[in-house]
Amino acid sequence: MFTAKEKPLEQIQKPNTPCFHCGVECVTTAISKDDKTFCCEGCKLVYEILNENGLCDYYALQSHPGLSQIKGIRADKYAYLDDKAIANKLYTFTNGKHSIVKLYIPGIHCSSCMWLLEHMTKLNDGITESRLNFGAKELTIHFLESKISLRKIVELLATIGYEPYISLDANEEQKKSPASKKKIYKLGVAGFCFGNIMLMSFPEYLSSDLGIEHQYAQLFRYLNLALALPVFFYSASEFFSSAWAGLKQRMLNIDAPIVLALIITFGRSIYEIATNTGSGYLDSMTGIVFFMLIGRIVQERAYKSISFHRDYKSYFPIAVNVIKDGVAKPCALQELKEKDIVELHNGEIIPADAIVLDGVANIDYSFVTGESEPVNIIKGNIVYAGGKQTGEKLKLQLIKPVAGSYLTSLWNHYSFSKDKAEQNNKHSVIHKLSRYFTIILLSLATLTAMYWYVVNPANILPSVSAMLIVACPCALLLAASYTNGNILRLLSNNGLFLRDATVIEQLGNIDHIVFDKTGTLTAGSNQYSFSGHALNEQEKAVLYNIAVQSTHPYSKSLASHLGAYPKIELTSWNEIPGKGITASYNGDSIRIGSAFHTGVVPSEKDTAAVYIRYNDSVTAFHITPEFRDNIPNLIPKLAHNYQLSMLSGDNDRQRGVLTDIFGSRATLLFEQKPMDKLRYIELLQQSGKKVLMVGDGLNDAGALQQSNVGITLSDDINNFSPSCDAILDASKISKFSSLLRLANAAKHIINTAFVISILYNVVGLTISMQGLMSPMIAAILMPISTLSIVMISTGISSIVAKRHGLSLIG
Amino acid sequence: MSALYIMIAASLLVAGFFLLAFVWSVNSDQFDDKEGAAMRMLYDNNIDKTIQE
Repeated sequence: MFTAKEKPLEQIQKPNTPCFHCGVECVTTAISKDDKTFCCEGCKLVYEILNENGLCDYYALQSHPGLSQIKGIRADKYAYLDDKAIANKLYTFTNGKHSIVKLYIPGIHCSSCMWLLEHMTKLNDGITESRLNFGAKELTIHFLESKISLRKIVELLATIGYEPYISLDANEEQKKSPASKKKIYKLGVAGFCFGNIMLMSFPEYLSSDLGIEHQYAQLFRYLNLALALPVFFYSASEFFSSAWAGLKQRMLNIDAPIVLALIITFGRSIYEIATNTGSGYLDSMTGIVFFMLIGRIVQERAYKSISFHRDYKSYFPIAVNVIKDGVAKPCALQELKEKDIVELHNGEIIPADAIVLDGVANIDYSFVTGESEPVNIIKGNIVYAGGKQTGEKLKLQLIKPVAGSYLTSLWNHYSFSKDKAEQNNKHSVIHKLSRYFTIILLSLATLTAMYWYVVNPANILPSVSAMLIVACPCALLLAASYTNGNILRLLSNNGLFLRDATVIEQLGNIDHIVFDKTGTLTAGSNQYSFSGHALNEQEKAVLYNIAVQSTHPYSKSLASHLGAYPKIELTSWNEIPGKGITASYNGDSIRIGSAFHTGVVPSEKDTAAVYIRYNDSVTAFHITPEFRDNIPNLIPKLAHNYQLSMLSGDNDRQRGVLTDIFGSRATLLFEQKPMDKLRYIELLQQSGKKVLMVGDGLNDAGALQQSNVGITLSDDINNFSPSCDAILDASKISKFSSLLRLANAAKHIINTAFVISILYNVVGLTISMQGLMSPMIAAILMPISTLSIVMISTGISSIVAKRHGLSLIG
Repeated sequence: MSALYIMIAASLLVAGFFLLAFVWSVNSDQFDDKEGAAMRMLYDNNIDKTIQE
């Protein structure tokens, strides 16, 4: 188990040793303790803490279980947790002495994590209990306020490498969850009653042969009726409320004919039992409710640790330091006002539009605009909410409230006020089918009633009720829910997680796909190259020394691409923010920066990020974001079946490459602001397109919301992605076209199953119209039709998935 | 045959007991975390063991 320990000592001295804590390759062997090498001081510290407390079993369960601690955390990052008002919002329980808090920890990934987190009591005696829900990545900690504060707990977790993600928004979401438990109870009750009714009906099925005594037949019938009551009134209440909600909005959804069939079946069964004329159809009724409930639960499977409903609040910090009377104090985000003076540290996000009072802002706006290059902003200028400071500490004065800032006002757009799941559900093909079905069924029933009115009025009630019972579209509902359930499972096994089953149908209708560029097509890493005048070693050394002094990301890239050179004293060095650097060395004059700054006239096709003018010779330094693997293969595949567009927040430097990938038919738009993207999608929809948006960041949030289906591409599905309909694991993007095909197939599978279910209905109707429907035949027909529908729908969807090269099990 | 009355009552009672057990298990969050329990049973209880030994 202890890989580092088993190796002989001289091997450990080699720099290619994995860190004992996290498994990352160590750059040096300088950081070590007890023969174990660590990649950074953070990892070593974790080991020391665990070793002191006798918790080194952590390393025995898995080798290198930790997470790299190279980043570290700022000392007062969690100071805001000392604020009672904020802390109280996070507690699930507190009485002032004993408190319980539930923390979401994204870093949890293995059994070692679980073991360590459940032994938190060993690390601090203020912690009385810690319990982890592994699936949901939630740690519940019970602790004594007198011995440890919430802030200390969070900081302790962060030092051992399990930094919790704290957001008040996420906390509100958790409180809504227990609704699904109700459904499980309903299912349990339905299963219990269904099984017992089947058992009690057995004598009835066989009664003609065995001659069960009359008194028992009566007893069994009344017991069945008693057992059917909880199913009808409790388990089936889902269907009643859904049908009623539909009727109130003047539409017949699939649940309406089902409820009609349930009521008539139940009514007729009561009548038959009470008048002692038959045994009713309680076994079929409870069975159908049971199977339909299973279908619903399968279809509504939730991904516990993934959230689809995040807005900007999840990205923003809970609190920032506000400077009042010269002292910095944490202040909750919603209490920020205009004119407040705010302190912002490296890596923190600007909470509201503000003016820079002090410090050099180097703002990464990739969240907001999708543009990958940080922007330098000097004192007195405006910075916008959503930007991330990289570099020194900033002092800002807010000029807008949090919700009224440039980025956050995107969420005021009306597209955010509609509930997409409800919209999808309303326009679902299932409801359309069931509407026709209901209308045809009701007119058939009327015709039958009219026929019997003329021929023999006594037959009206029995024949019409039999018809409505047999023609219950439950097979259609079963087909839809089991197909959707299986497809959801297949998609998630292959890295596509849908918010709910209604998204499958929407995915099947898509005819236009819009891609974001930065972060979606490109992965964040860059490729570097030079063109033009070839630099010699002397020039490279000088350039390195010029570039290394600047904090601009381009300069940093240039310096690291050149490699390491010894230090040279430059004659002069001067940086003009936003333009470039002018320097001289031994009479050579050097300019690095924009085309304008270096006096270069770039040709149409060859535009580089940085130009270097060394005396009179010009070299261009190209920074090209690398595309994700398989993107160049995937796009042409998609182009066969869909129209494509690409929206980028970046400039059009990469237009050439992108045109090669997308082909000439696709629309490529550059320098698109978040609102532009939303409008573009809206425009496509107005021309009748069904649009799929694939994006990644907050800057796509509007477009993702407006589109028919918004998919967020994520390198780590537990990371925070903006509100969307589906999350695609970025490493599985090569399967994207197969996944779309599978979603496409859903429609056809449901239709096939529907046709088969209608065949069963026709058979059932013919039998019942002839008056031959005995309880026995009904009891055989019901499970057979149900089972075959379930098998067909799940079977075909699995076969389709296999054909497209998707894996069937996770 | 009148034994049937008792048998039916008994069988319904037993079945009802299992229904209650099911409701209790759902209610006490036993189905909330399906992976966790499988890992938890593998822990050794001797936490004080350190890596030096």
